[in-house]
Amino acid sequence: MMKFSSVMTTPGEWLRGEGPHHQVVISSRVRLARNLRNHAFPGWAKKAERIAILDLIRPRVEQLAEMQDSFSENLQDLSALERQVLIERHLISREHAAKGVGSAVVMNRRQTLSVMINEEDHLRMQSIRSGLQLKQAFKLVDKIDSALEEKLQFAYDPRLGYLTACPTNVGTGMRASAMLHLPGLVLSELINQVIQAVSKIGLAVRGLYGEGTEAMGNLFQISNQTTLGEKEEDIINRLSKVIETIIEKEHDARQILLQKKPNTLCDQIGRAYGVLTYAHAMASKEALNLLSIIKLGIDLGAFPQDHRLSIDGLFIDTQPAHLQKCSQQKLNAEERDYLRAQIIRDRLKLLPKPDISKMARESGNGSTARASEDE
Amino acid sequence: MLCDVCKCNDATVFLTQIQDGKMQKVNLCDACSKEKGVEDPKSFALADLLLGIGASEEIEKSTLTQKCPVCGFSQADFKKTGRLGCAACYTTFAEGLHTLLKAMHKGTEHVGKLPQRAHRTIELSHRMRTLNENLQKAVAEENYETAASLRDQIKQLESELSNP
Repeated sequence: MMKFSSVMTTPGEWLRGEGPHHQVVISSRVRLARNLRNHAFPGWAKKAERIAILDLIRPRVEQLAEMQDSFSENLQDLSALERQVLIERHLISREHAAKGVGSAVVMNRRQTLSVMINEEDHLRMQSIRSGLQLKQAFKLVDKIDSALEEKLQFAYDPRLGYLTACPTNVGTGMRASAMLHLPGLVLSELINQVIQAVSKIGLAVRGLYGEGTEAMGNLFQISNQTTLGEKEEDIINRLSKVIETIIEKEHDARQILLQKKPNTLCDQIGRAYGVLTYAHAMASKEALNLLSIIKLGIDLGAFPQDHRLSIDGLFIDTQPAHLQKCSQQKLNAEERDYLRAQIIRDRLKLLPKPDISKMARESGNGSTARASEDE
Repeated sequence: MLCDVCKCNDATVFLTQIQDGKMQKVNLCDACSKEKGVEDPKSFALADLLLGIGASEEIEKSTLTQKCPVCGFSQADFKKTGRLGCAACYTTFAEGLHTLLKAMHKGTEHVGKLPQRAHRTIELSHRMRTLNENLQKAVAEENYETAASLRDQIKQLESELSNP
């Protein structure tokens, strides 16, 4: 059984950022909601029933072949800081982090798979992958769903499909989402147009940590809104197509910025580099916004490609809980801002100054987006 | 959803009126809506006129206090939390949920994954539903020969369902 300390030191597959279209798509997630047939949903069940449900589900999840050498813990045995770390890695939801006795989380070593027990539903199974890999994420989570179904009786209605605590999830119980990095569309002020168009076709756009959160670091989550009346594969295909269109629009926006507003672009990158390299106090939001511009600079060739991983890592490492867990002490907001600035300065020491002359068409793996379209 | 007046036909006319900041909803079938002359709902206090004074409040009250026989969850709890109590609530509150789901989702019927274990039972109950519907139709059309054959098929299916 894995310990929390090794969760901290293992970055998880999606944080390595090597998936398809990784210049724009940070991660892809698919989660399935399931409930047991003869038990009240977690929000309505009394404590004793919730514990009984947990005792029924948890061993079966731990026994899954995919969960060999897993991390498995009751929520009440995790500190507030540890829960926050799991939120920052998108391995548990904010709602789940607020739960106590009768709830648990089980996840695999690669952190591609996490199962929340007694969140809003008895089971919330999630697969998270780097880049645009919605189909692969669905395949993995579908597989463990089928395996668990052999051992557990799920609440299922022939007309309505899988029954969930909230009617918004009934049917497939599936929410598929992708985290997109869209600095080009934000800088060219096209982002609201994109968000509006996406909302019109029944998809939702949200900020970094889901519902009701602010968009920071030019990061946006896009997901399906409806779960009834459409097959899982169709939902995923529809979502993937829309995301591919947004990727294309983002690349176009970047090219147009390069051609029409090179000075604005260079100014942004230069300022981000300057502030991140020399600041001594840095709030989390400011850090994300500036790191986003550096990431864009890497995509456009202003910085060498081999710094991508270390910059991507900063997006997570500078989050409040990760900072405190790393420094092994509880810090107040001011202390966190100093430490954050220090970690960023240290890591940016190796990053050369932006080389504006090298900025051109996007290079590297991101161009596979275009190559695949040409086929 | 059944008509609020005759309570036997499916409602096809749905009226909503907001009066003194209170929302009233009345569902009518084709025949009753014509009989009551509902063409201009603006001109009268609709629920009261159609169903008698005070009826609109009663409708609201009765659905709010309705409880799920399995878990004891009420419609009022749903209004508060937006979550249901257990799987059986979907049957208990089916009427109200249908409208909600229709507005919320692409369709009202699940077309995705089937749990394999429950698959066979579900298939049989699907067939049962179709047979029952056909039987009702045959009886209504006074087609008794077909009805008899359908009844035999239903009996056989019932025995299959009870010994899977």
